Amino acid sequence: MIPRTLRRQTPRTGVDWFLTVLRVAALTVVALGLLAFIAQEIDRDNPFARWANPDATGLTGEQFWGLIVSGVSQGAMYGLIALGYSMVYGVLGFINFAHGEVFMVGAMTGMIASNKLADAGMWESNFVGSLVLIVVVSVIVCSLTAVIMERVAYRPLRGQPRLIPLITSIGVSFFIQNASIVLLGPAAKAYPDVPDWVKTKHTFLQIEGSKILVILVAAASMACLWYVVERTKSGRAMRAVAEDAEIAELMGIDVNRTIVKVFALGGAMAGMAGILWGILFRSVIHSTGFLPGIKAFSAAVVGGIGHLGGAMTGGLTIGVAESVGPLVILEPLGVSGVSQLRDAVAFAVLIGVLLLRPSGIFGERLPAEDRT
Amino acid sequence: MTGSASVAGSAVPTRPEALSAPPRPAFSHDWRRIARIGAIAALGQMFIALSNMPVRLDERLVVKPVLSLGYLVLLFLPVAVGYRHGHQTVREGVPVSRPGLHEVVGGFSCGLLAGGGLSVLAVLLAHFDLREPLVNWSPILLDLLAFGNNTWFAAVIWLVIGAGLGAAGGAVRLLGPVSRRAVVTMALAVAGAAVLESLVVDLAEGMGLEALADRLYARRGGVNWNSALGLAGVCGVLAVIGRGRLRHARLRHAELQGTKRTRANAALIALTAAALIVLPLFAGKLTNELLANVGLFVLLALGLNVVVGLAGILDLGYVAFFAVGSYCAAVLTAATSPRITPEMPWLVALVVVVVITGLVGLFIGAPVIRMRGDYLAIVTLGFGEIIRLLFLSDWLSGWFGGAQGITKIPAAGIFGLTEVSGTDPRRVFYLVLVFCALAVYVSWRLERSRLGRAWMAVREDETVAEAMGINTVNVKLMAFVVGAVLGSFSGAIFAAKVGSVFPASFLILVSIVILVVVIFGGMGNIVGVIAGAAVLIGVLGGPKQPGLLVEFSEFKLLIYGALLIWMMLARPAGLIPSVRRTRELHQHEMAQDAWLQGQVDDEDEGKEARSSTAAARR
Repeated sequence: MIPRTLRRQTPRTGVDWFLTVLRVAALTVVALGLLAFIAQEIDRDNPFARWANPDATGLTGEQFWGLIVSGVSQGAMYGLIALGYSMVYGVLGFINFAHGEVFMVGAMTGMIASNKLADAGMWESNFVGSLVLIVVVSVIVCSLTAVIMERVAYRPLRGQPRLIPLITSIGVSFFIQNASIVLLGPAAKAYPDVPDWVKTKHTFLQIEGSKILVILVAAASMACLWYVVERTKSGRAMRAVAEDAEIAELMGIDVNRTIVKVFALGGAMAGMAGILWGILFRSVIHSTGFLPGIKAFSAAVVGGIGHLGGAMTGGLTIGVAESVGPLVILEPLGVSGVSQLRDAVAFAVLIGVLLLRPSGIFGERLPAEDRT
Repeated sequence: MTGSASVAGSAVPTRPEALSAPPRPAFSHDWRRIARIGAIAALGQMFIALSNMPVRLDERLVVKPVLSLGYLVLLFLPVAVGYRHGHQTVREGVPVSRPGLHEVVGGFSCGLLAGGGLSVLAVLLAHFDLREPLVNWSPILLDLLAFGNNTWFAAVIWLVIGAGLGAAGGAVRLLGPVSRRAVVTMALAVAGAAVLESLVVDLAEGMGLEALADRLYARRGGVNWNSALGLAGVCGVLAVIGRGRLRHARLRHAELQGTKRTRANAALIALTAAALIVLPLFAGKLTNELLANVGLFVLLALGLNVVVGLAGILDLGYVAFFAVGSYCAAVLTAATSPRITPEMPWLVALVVVVVITGLVGLFIGAPVIRMRGDYLAIVTLGFGEIIRLLFLSDWLSGWFGGAQGITKIPAAGIFGLTEVSGTDPRRVFYLVLVFCALAVYVSWRLERSRLGRAWMAVREDETVAEAMGINTVNVKLMAFVVGAVLGSFSGAIFAAKVGSVFPASFLILVSIVILVVVIFGGMGNIVGVIAGAAVLIGVLGGPKQPGLLVEFSEFKLLIYGALLIWMMLARPAGLIPSVRRTRELHQHEMAQDAWLQGQVDDEDEGKEARSSTAAARR
């Protein structure tokens, strides 16, 4: 047994107290909001609900289900992007800030390809076939983008303190965004119209076709990725490099090539997510990658960075939180115009997780030199 | 030059002289390397052409009537790759071959490929419809590439131009140090004259020297070709005569000790201050506006420099403090602010603003201070975005006006002496100048204080710093607070200058631009940061503010991104590196040098390397 006096090495400072207060306050707000929401759902005129927000309307069951479904479908997309952050962090120990831009490149490629297909008439006649086609194109383009990025901007900086590649990746992100503006123009660009069965709600659980499609595709890609990482030889190499690059090299693994594969795989997932974005929102602009990128990073942190299942879980958590959170926690507390605060809620979840449990739900897996 | 050589030897840690070998054979090349460099250049040329840069920049003449900025961006890359091809990595103990025909031929091949990119593009554009996804290039591009002739002419002429320029770039390697310096000075002089055109014309008018400006510049922009030749000649001669003088003077300044050094520094500062106070008097409105913008960014960059450069905390949400400063000043001074209207005088409001922003700095800093550096970066970015979203939201629009912002902010009154508002940029500039001077003084004193040394210790190694008894948490929080306060000055002036604040002025990209300025100038170096802001904001412009090269406004963010990558790869210490920081970044190399010179035992090379550089400095 360690004596109680020795367990805590550093003295409690003002910052610690402040953090404790902050944690308690955050939990209180969430708890109060939830209670007020439940109170409103039980009876709109009950005094607690009235006290919290006299104008609150509450949600019908159908609305609530709709929020959950759109949260899950967006969350699945965030999860796919988060895989890229998580894998790169697991292997190299730095945040590839430009990964969100790879996702944007995927959505842009999908837009260009699908519009070309629509011009050729194939989009209407064979929707599923053309979808597969644009997924393939987008995955290839995104993998290439990620690999080039690694080669040009990150490989020369390997082994530097981790803030250096992070700053570089901010530059890469800025560059790709603005390259998209100067090449493709600053306006938002639309995907071609999709068939009716994608747009309408289905009797099956009252979900739009597009959302079913997104969830299915995300699940399938996740399964493929799991297979590659856990069952193939290159996957084993990746895990070995993530465990300890130096030892892996001594065991005869080509570390450079493995890192390239990691980037390619992460890029492929981002490309897939880009197409899913196209299906969900059918519009893409140069800044499309920024917010989903940040949210996906949050997802990776929430799930525990370096952890594949964690990335997906984190994605779903963030997606549902940002879709349900404003209406279930903020609206009952009398915050007006809550839908504008979606993104703020996503950031707040990130900050909250880092305050409450910085290693995420499943615990983080870091490269050897970053473990302390 | 013997005197200067001895000075140089004592002040700079010298690298061992490179051995020289005979020139490499002219036609024996690493063709894969040439193909790689050439392919990258060709893609770069295509990208530049498709981004519509040449057409947009064609309106701006550099040398009238032969060279426009548009052609310059197309001509630059072949020369650069031609020069780059001749680069040889200097390795200890491995001889470096003297440049010869090899470099020219290599440059020729690289340039040929680079030009080939444009030839291919011209043919592609003429025969395929690329406007469907790539909407931004304009059909004028084809004319521009073909010099008014047909496509095939364009294809051939760009091969010729590329090859010629590539060979010229390679040939620069053949020049001796003196002539190379002369060539570079000449090119820079003409480019500088062209870039600074509006500034020079404006100042010349203010001083009644229109004749001179008319002589130098043509009526509708651009340097006259004969003046360009004259200027190049004069500068070339000056470069040859003055070679080493500047360096010599700088080294002598570095050698000065005690009171002499203080006196020299005071003289330098007085001279700079005098120039900065006198020049705006002769300058017109636009120039003063530009100066005021540069000043605002200098202020922001100095604040971020404390956080990033001194304490080593990567704060990506720095714009939050700028926003809070602006909004506070707006709410406190404007009669139109939605909820509370204290209508304070600007200076009184400034005190409140400083207190509030300091508290916001504490509030943002406290939760993030324990996080790992990279998490901290993303979370501060999140805070920056949250603060903007809160200002934008309907929820707080009762306080801050939502998307409409706060308008009709009154001018800043200074003790009832003057009123500073955007209508008179000269006064804004003087106000900014005062605050910049304050910020420089504060950063300069802080850098040498106990707190500053603690910051640098935390930056270099947090664990060691903690072991040395530094309270890292408090020290890092102080960095946040100081940075926040410096940023809030800029915000308060910005509010008074523009007269209105909107959430759209505080996008994350402002943070990134400030970060680029700090990194470009040189993290942790006050002079570097000021120079960085002057060059980047002055020439290219800020996120919303135009710079001297107004034509670049569409492309400046692209250039900022590229610049950030390039700086991190090629010159991580920045334009003007901070001495201490450089030593930190290049510790390995210095240790290696020292080891090669036989000064170090293998066991404790780090310690020894430092003492050996210290010996070299003595």
